[in-house]
Amino acid sequence: MSRWFSIRQDLTPGRHRLLGVFAFLLPLAVWSLFSYVPWLWHPMVRVTDPAGVSWIKPGQILPREDFAKLVEKQAALAAPLPTGAPANPLYFPPPHAVGRALYTAFTTEPVLKGDKWLHEAIFSSIGTIFWGFTLACLVGVPLGIFCGASPAVARLTEPFVDFIRYMPAPAFGALMVAIFGIHVAPKIGIIFIGVFFPLVLVVATTVRRADVSLVEAAQTLGAKRRALVLRVLVPASLPDLYNDLRLLLGSAWTYLIVAEVVGVSSGISFFINQQAKYRNFDNVYAAIVIIGAIGFTTDQALAWIGQRLFAWKNPRPSRLRRFFGRLTGSTASPAPVASA
Amino acid sequence: MVSPSDSDPAADALPDYRRQSPAVAARFAALRQRPVVLEIDRLGRQFAGEHGPVTALRDISLQIHRREFVCVIGPSGCGKSTFIRLLAGLDTPTSGRVLLDGKPVTGPGPDRGMVFQGYTLFPWLSVTRNVMFGLEMQGKAATEAERDALQWIDLVGLRKFAHAYPHQLSGGMKQRVAIARALAASPRILLMDEPFGALDAQTRAQMQAHLLEIWRNVDVTIFFITHDLDEAILLADRILVLKANPGEVQELIEVPVPRPRRLDQLTTPEFLATRRRLDELIHPKVAAHVASERLPIVRLTQLGDDVE
Repeated sequence: MSRWFSIRQDLTPGRHRLLGVFAFLLPLAVWSLFSYVPWLWHPMVRVTDPAGVSWIKPGQILPREDFAKLVEKQAALAAPLPTGAPANPLYFPPPHAVGRALYTAFTTEPVLKGDKWLHEAIFSSIGTIFWGFTLACLVGVPLGIFCGASPAVARLTEPFVDFIRYMPAPAFGALMVAIFGIHVAPKIGIIFIGVFFPLVLVVATTVRRADVSLVEAAQTLGAKRRALVLRVLVPASLPDLYNDLRLLLGSAWTYLIVAEVVGVSSGISFFINQQAKYRNFDNVYAAIVIIGAIGFTTDQALAWIGQRLFAWKNPRPSRLRRFFGRLTGSTASPAPVASA
Repeated sequence: MVSPSDSDPAADALPDYRRQSPAVAARFAALRQRPVVLEIDRLGRQFAGEHGPVTALRDISLQIHRREFVCVIGPSGCGKSTFIRLLAGLDTPTSGRVLLDGKPVTGPGPDRGMVFQGYTLFPWLSVTRNVMFGLEMQGKAATEAERDALQWIDLVGLRKFAHAYPHQLSGGMKQRVAIARALAASPRILLMDEPFGALDAQTRAQMQAHLLEIWRNVDVTIFFITHDLDEAILLADRILVLKANPGEVQELIEVPVPRPRRLDQLTTPEFLATRRRLDELIHPKVAAHVASERLPIVRLTQLGDDVE
């Protein structure tokens, strides 16, 4: 036990993987417990037999107290007693229902003609995120790099950027609609605002953290301003910049949900709201899980790519690289060790 | 630090460190005839401190001739690093000036190559690309730069590691790459800021031999900062001894040890004489000072259980 929970000691690869799987299994287990064990929570009753009570139907769900009162009343009248089983509220579907919905949500026809299918909604959302995030990066990353490289540019930019950063991006919703209309443009605008301002500050900070002695070394080798930025500061901070962008891509998803209800509601938020209106909460959960899955897999994929792009930053060679190193017999495999 | 103490009878028999053999004297005479590469003219640097300005360096003047090897030593806090940064142009003097080939130094440039204690190799570039950096900054085409770089890598004996990355190299190898990188930009003078300070004793000795070898074969003047007295004597033609608070020139010593230098000269009379002089300058009355500063420790072991 002590070996499992020792402080700041790296886990063995096996435990690393195992615990990662548990991270998902444990919440799922808790969810299952509350869904399938009848005496845990279950504050509602699902009617199985109305026994002649006119205003309830089989399958209807009502609070336990109301049902108990009804049974009491029927008992007082010596009428047949309605029966029911403990149930959870509609907004708390069991895992299997959500699991089924993960499939059926894609196959159910939209409620109204002209509404989008789930996959269309997802693609529309991904498009919104992509454009909002990309535009923010195209402008924000260079600006952030300039701020990190030049204290003068930083002083001229950062106080104001910092000021705007405290304004919540959704607050600009009405303005965005006024400027960009009601369709996809204002949504991209909100994501841009939400990502751009923190991005500039984060990128500037990361570039500022780059080792100044590398800049000085480059200066003594004849590098001038342009080369100092492009050939020293940028490559030196690139691995951290990459991770910054990964984190901000996550926050872009947060702004997406608010952005999509601005103007004409669209994308995955529209799907969620629509399904909630018809009380198909299993579909609602399915959609939320899908957002999580998209975000999580993108992030993991980007992390994996990053580790390989910036191998110089993590000297421990990955198993994949060692494998290919052995295949090709290249010198890159084990670090050559030599004295002096 | 073992220094020849006053009670050592051999120490009293040492010659005057200022006495030079005819060969050494002739060498210094020839050296003085060479053109001046770097002229340091009443150089001074003040910093704004909490209680008014603090003088880190005051009134330092020195002329360094072509292909001379000058070492700077001094107690910690004597402004050695400030000094070399001023020469490199990474810091600006508050008084005096530095002239390279007669032209005033206004900022960092490739004519003054620098090797730092912390290696400062670009970790994202291979050894070859690191060495190519300065050449590319001069506008050389990639293929030409690579060819030149490989020659410099050969010179420091790292051909096998041309494609390795800095994190795959040992400290000594990194410093050799740093030297190759600085030399590749063909500087007039090579500034070295305690370059071997972070290396273990054995590697340091090897690097000193390498550096002398490189200096013999390359047309470059070397300005070398160290806190290792033996290193200074072993490498330098002249040693500039600074004193602290404020950093001022204490003495400029012409090293009487004949060249070519080898590690076994560490015990020759000239070497020991110079060493004793440096000890006097850097650690004045060191014995009395240490004796007066006994730690207030009480015995925590049993009586008789002595280790020395």
